[in-house]
Amino acid sequence: MRIELEKRPAHSALFSMLSPFIALGLTIIAGAILFTALGKNPFDALYSFFIEPLTELWSLHELLIKAAPLILIAVGLSVCFRSNNWNIGAEGQFIMGGVVGSIVPIYFHEWNSFFVLPLMLIMGMIGGALYAGIPALLKTRFNTNEILSSLMLVYVAELFLDWLVRGPWRNPEGFNFPESRSFNDSAVLPELFPASGGANLGIIFALIATLLTWFMMRHMLKGFEVSVLGQSARAGRFAGFSSTKMIFFAFLFSGALAGLAGISEVSGAIGRLQPDISPAYGFTAIIVAFLGRLNPLGIFAAGIILALTYLGGEAAQISIGLPDKVARVFQGFLLFFVLACDTLIHYRVRLVTAIKARTEGEGAS
Amino acid sequence: MTDQQPGHGNCLLEVRGLTKVFGELRANDGIDLEIKSNEIHALLGENGAGKSTLVKMLFGSLEPTSGQIFWKDKPVRITSPGQARVLGIGMVFQHFSLFEALTVAENIALSMDQDVSIEGIAEQAAVLSREYGLPLDPHAHVADLSVGERQRIEIVRTLLQNPELIILDEPTSVLTPQEADRLFETLAKIRAEGRSVLYISHRLEEVQRICDRATVLRHGKLTGACDPRLETPASLATMMVGSEVKSVSNAGGTITNEILIETRNLSASARTPFAVSLKEVNLKVRRGEIIGIAGVAGNGQSELFDVLSGEETVPDPDDVRICGTGVGRMGISARRLLGAGFVPEERHGHAAVSDMTLSQNMVLARHHSDADVFLTGGPLKIIRYDAVKKASERIVREMDVRMSGEDPVASSLSGGNLQKFIVGRELDRQPSVLIVNQPTWGVDAGAASRIRQALIDLAESGSAVVVISQDLDEIFEVATSIAVLNEGALSEAEPASMMTLERIGLLMGGIHGEDTKVEAQHAH
Repeated sequence: MRIELEKRPAHSALFSMLSPFIALGLTIIAGAILFTALGKNPFDALYSFFIEPLTELWSLHELLIKAAPLILIAVGLSVCFRSNNWNIGAEGQFIMGGVVGSIVPIYFHEWNSFFVLPLMLIMGMIGGALYAGIPALLKTRFNTNEILSSLMLVYVAELFLDWLVRGPWRNPEGFNFPESRSFNDSAVLPELFPASGGANLGIIFALIATLLTWFMMRHMLKGFEVSVLGQSARAGRFAGFSSTKMIFFAFLFSGALAGLAGISEVSGAIGRLQPDISPAYGFTAIIVAFLGRLNPLGIFAAGIILALTYLGGEAAQISIGLPDKVARVFQGFLLFFVLACDTLIHYRVRLVTAIKARTEGEGAS
Repeated sequence: MTDQQPGHGNCLLEVRGLTKVFGELRANDGIDLEIKSNEIHALLGENGAGKSTLVKMLFGSLEPTSGQIFWKDKPVRITSPGQARVLGIGMVFQHFSLFEALTVAENIALSMDQDVSIEGIAEQAAVLSREYGLPLDPHAHVADLSVGERQRIEIVRTLLQNPELIILDEPTSVLTPQEADRLFETLAKIRAEGRSVLYISHRLEEVQRICDRATVLRHGKLTGACDPRLETPASLATMMVGSEVKSVSNAGGTITNEILIETRNLSASARTPFAVSLKEVNLKVRRGEIIGIAGVAGNGQSELFDVLSGEETVPDPDDVRICGTGVGRMGISARRLLGAGFVPEERHGHAAVSDMTLSQNMVLARHHSDADVFLTGGPLKIIRYDAVKKASERIVREMDVRMSGEDPVASSLSGGNLQKFIVGRELDRQPSVLIVNQPTWGVDAGAASRIRQALIDLAESGSAVVVISQDLDEIFEVATSIAVLNEGALSEAEPASMMTLERIGLLMGGIHGEDTKVEAQHAH
């Protein structure tokens, strides 16, 4: 016996819209089962995971700090995914954005100027974009699978950063800790409301990126080109659009936004380079992009939800005594349920018994 | 069960009144067919004549709407390929279903109903391939094999089932002439053992060479059954393409000497193993002229369309000239700016994006040529959907496109209505050059005549039109001159009034001069 997926003749528009919410509901149910199995009261646990972080002002600030990189990366990825390019390496582009953006505050650590920060941000975007350009070049030149090449480059970036902060960029006054110099004041991303918490300009960048990308996809010929080439490369060629240029555009665009997220995180939330600058934002952003239906506005909302799972993970560690890996488990649940809902909306499951399978086995020409 | 009167004794397979209806279309209409034991029987017909539908019913992949199949004089219902194999019918498909990463023996083992060890299969396959002159190493990986060798795997795999009837679907379309010769020897051996072969082809020469009898289909109907050796290629071609040619209504427009489309010794090598390379194509189309390019599918039609439209470019600009400009290296958008319009064969995923609305599909083909109307905002290129909608409504009105809703997605339109929109999208620009590939493919009769009339009107208004079509009726209806594309080579265009069916049939079969010997298309 085997299981087959059969395409539905028509899919329900209502369920397509509801799918992220159903997935969210299923995640919460699965979470409750998980907590019960771990011997915790599911209601208390879910409360401290999802609600408690929203009850205090400082933790709302934390929410925005976590949401900003997720949204920035995911908005970039949405363009990439819509054009049928599968950039799985945003984590690496995030790291390289942070590294390249940090060149100025590390080598010119005594330079205090208004121009330092804009320069860092631009260099961060360039760093992320160039790093994303590698899988694009490999894909267009050698027909390499971009999923594998972009993913593998993540590990290269991680090890490169590790080498930098333990080697050439280690703080000479830092007691041999694997860290770079702390950035000076003009290299730190300003906070929005310093009185109440640490949320910085990053969330503003995320908001601007969301709105501009939405406008591009909705109203501009470039956005149209992205959709056409994503749906049918042949029709795109008929329209005079170039698949090769689109591969570069999609990767450079998403790489630049991931790089911006990287340097914003380094300069805002951390204030220096260290071996570990991302709790896997680049991978979580893939979930954000799909939960937001690859629509920038939806992604903004989805980014906040996924940011909550990070805070929930920390809360779970403190108040219920579970490891913060719970956050990753929740993110996994969420991606699994989103994809499952989308699949079941477009396909139905059919069981094929052995006898039927044998007679139907071949024949399609 | 209807009449159970048995056939004429030595019939292996007999088919009576077999009919298959898809919606409005009668893909097979009352087909009769007899395959005797011990013969190679040809099934002839153009693309779309209904050959595949008939064969799928014989192999159990499709269920007939009505009619009866007799196997060894007993009525049978073949409901699945598995059952067809049990009866003793084997099939070799045109497109192979092989796993490239596996070895020959492993691929064969996958298709076996019984459990046999890989070694056992390798041995059997080696024996069979020796017996039938099909040299094949059972332990070779499929990825390393040529197209001809891959086909041998399919044949050996079919022979291992010990069938009494083997169906071969266009087996030589992917073979080099040498590989084809070898295949014919194998087929002769198979016949000598008392098995029968149903051989599907549109290559008249091979059919005459190896087949004992032939059945000819056209538009889903049986048009003849004969001994191909007693026929001439011309008479076979007439049966294939039909003799009921309608009165030629040549466009009455004045043809001037101004050449709007020209190719000069245009050659382009094949991009994939299944593609055809173009060989020194010379084409001249003057203002007011409609040139019809006839030919059986797969002889370079889409390749020719791609280089004319600019979806594929060629190194020498002057190999393709549109309105006096050498455009060989220009893309499709630049060629559109010169006044050219293009209608590709495939509606979904080429001429239109299925899940996009009609107005979005309007932007698809005309964002560059109509940028001043459809776009605004300078370098931002903001799409003005109000202007686009107005234009697509105009086309819907002009071409009488029937649809539900105001701006439906392309996939919700019927083939004919979508095609009217796609053709109308180009006509609306008043192109001075129009290149159309299979303009009425799968389109209902009403829409087809609407489209053909529009092409004639366009030429009368002073444009040059190229119509690539397999439908000879259509070509005779619209074209002022006719050329034939065969194996990537284009015959010289001759005035439509001078062309005869026999002549086209001969040119289609590739019997013009010595150029039947084509270079081998290896899949390395």
